Amino acid sequence: MSSSSGLDIRVPIGGLFTVLGLLLAGYGLATAGDPTHYARSLSVNINLWWGLIMLAFGLLLLLAASLGRRKLSRGGS
Amino acid sequence: MPATPVTNLTGVDYAIMAIYFVVVLGVGWLLRRVMRTSNDFFLSGRSLPAWITGIAFISANLGAQEVIGMGASGAKYGIATSHFYWVGAIPAMVFVGLFMMPFYYGSRARSVPEYLRLRFDEKTRTLNAVSFAAMTVFSSGVSMYAMGKLFNLLLGWSFDVSIMVSAVIVLAYVLLGGLTSAIYNEVLQFFLIVFGFIPLVWLGLNAVGGWEGLSARLAEVSTSRGFPADAYTSAWSNMGDSASNPVGVEWFGLVMGLGFVLSFGYWCTDFLVVQRAMAADSMTAARRTPLIAAVPKMLFPFLVILPGMIAMVLVADYGPAGQGLVPAKLAADGAPLVDAAGRVVLDYDLATPMMLVHLFPSGMLGLGLTALLASFMSGMAGNVTAFNTVWTYDIYQSHIRRGASDAHYLMMGRVATVGGIVLAIGAAYLASAFNNIMDLLQLVFAFVNAPLFATFALGMFWRRTTGHGAFTGLMSGTIAAALHHGLSLPAGAQPGVKGGFLGLLHTYPSELAQTFWTAIIAWTTCFVVTILVSLATRARPADELRGLVYSLTPRPTDKGLPWIRRPWVLAVAVLVLTAALNFVFY
Repeated sequence: MSSSSGLDIRVPIGGLFTVLGLLLAGYGLATAGDPTHYARSLSVNINLWWGLIMLAFGLLLLLAASLGRRKLSRGGS
Repeated sequence: MPATPVTNLTGVDYAIMAIYFVVVLGVGWLLRRVMRTSNDFFLSGRSLPAWITGIAFISANLGAQEVIGMGASGAKYGIATSHFYWVGAIPAMVFVGLFMMPFYYGSRARSVPEYLRLRFDEKTRTLNAVSFAAMTVFSSGVSMYAMGKLFNLLLGWSFDVSIMVSAVIVLAYVLLGGLTSAIYNEVLQFFLIVFGFIPLVWLGLNAVGGWEGLSARLAEVSTSRGFPADAYTSAWSNMGDSASNPVGVEWFGLVMGLGFVLSFGYWCTDFLVVQRAMAADSMTAARRTPLIAAVPKMLFPFLVILPGMIAMVLVADYGPAGQGLVPAKLAADGAPLVDAAGRVVLDYDLATPMMLVHLFPSGMLGLGLTALLASFMSGMAGNVTAFNTVWTYDIYQSHIRRGASDAHYLMMGRVATVGGIVLAIGAAYLASAFNNIMDLLQLVFAFVNAPLFATFALGMFWRRTTGHGAFTGLMSGTIAAALHHGLSLPAGAQPGVKGGFLGLLHTYPSELAQTFWTAIIAWTTCFVVTILVSLATRARPADELRGLVYSLTPRPTDKGLPWIRRPWVLAVAVLVLTAALNFVFY
């Protein structure tokens, strides 16, 4: 899926979501003991849950990119 | 600068923004090696797969006018705002993919104005190129203005600094990686915007008791304003009479003005979006680009309109005088503005941003605001890449310096990128008269774009259309739009920028109604004048029009493609789903 530009766009997007997901989920864990922090978001620890979802999406994209690369190099050799 | 910003960011919010900036710039940096020719810089070397150009197709349009403006319209008009998608954008996107892309992509034109050059003549191209270039600069400026004002109000950031920082980042990645960099970042920004807004809608809906709770609360707002109870939550059932819905239009003006003229004018002829499809790696990919884009596009109302609707009723005082989270517009002396009827004028553009601040704790707040920044940047980059291409190919190369080396035009593209951003910054400081960005943009589109679709439709599907016909038609269409605007006013408005500057023949119930009818009149004028002048002037010989006109171009064949990848299969699926959405929210 990587075009003639040599850059597979799934890599930077996957990387961004992995890092942001880890950051948000980590922050959510660190603030989990503080209920006032989540008064705004209806007492849902939205940082933790949404961070995990973003992390999963990021890893999925990275996985897809790496599978694509392997297929490409196998096809080329 | 306001004395107290609405909220403050913490370290984690800044960290999220910083990571986003680094990745966006990194993408530009990684692509800098492949920008060797002007074709790489302006057209991505026609090498991108359909899913990337498809996402970029909607993401380039996902600027301030979409995220902020659609939230504003959601707060002001309710679910009827979805007509911008389900009547407007989607049918037009299907049409451009199925019927028009063969000419844009197949003619090998490098821009929409260049297609006009091939089909008609130099003067028609130049007219389109100049007005389009002006419009991109203007839209980009409006977008920047909105961003600077917003971040000043929310976070107390300096207006000038937020404009400069975002402009420099966009400038850097477009200069480095050209259209490919803009498109790749548009894909990234698209996902960021989606992931930033889904939790907002989820929390917002939970807070008001789901769609039923939202409908019940909005019914109170609706009846207190003298509309039927479901005026804010049903898209069609009050469209029979312009007085019974908050949009102030009736179904005919809506379907013809917004659905047919404005939306087809924008999605089928605007180089900002068409450029993304032109970067695709094959004819099939180019045709599938707008069709793939239509799938997420039809779901966007839930992402960008619902936050505005929820903002009206999220907090307790949504009753008769209620305005929910939406603050009043302030006059220069700091007092709330009041309209002719004595009602407080609301600053609807703040509906969605106030939702972010109200529902997101620090952490998610950083993500939400980064998503807003991403939308501003993708809109700005979309305009800048379209501007530099039209400037370089359609104005500079054809009027100022012909026959220079490719390296020279590549250099000119970079210079135009800088120039376009500088002009847009200038425009940002001018754009502040209207209370709703959407209305303003629609008005500009009405003058410039409304006649355009008549020209393209005739040019592509009636081979007798001539260059003189197209040019005179466009001029008369634009003049008709200006005349109509100058002779009519929306109810309650003063003569001036909102119309009526030539006298007053008709008063419309709302600004949008006036805009839609301006578009209808411009389109009809252009259509009729183009036909009359074409018949009176000499036609071009048929062999010059091959590949440019429907009747003289072989149909693109989908044979050999698996049925699931055929453009018309996708098109039917998209239309059926859109019809279903219209029905569900009837």
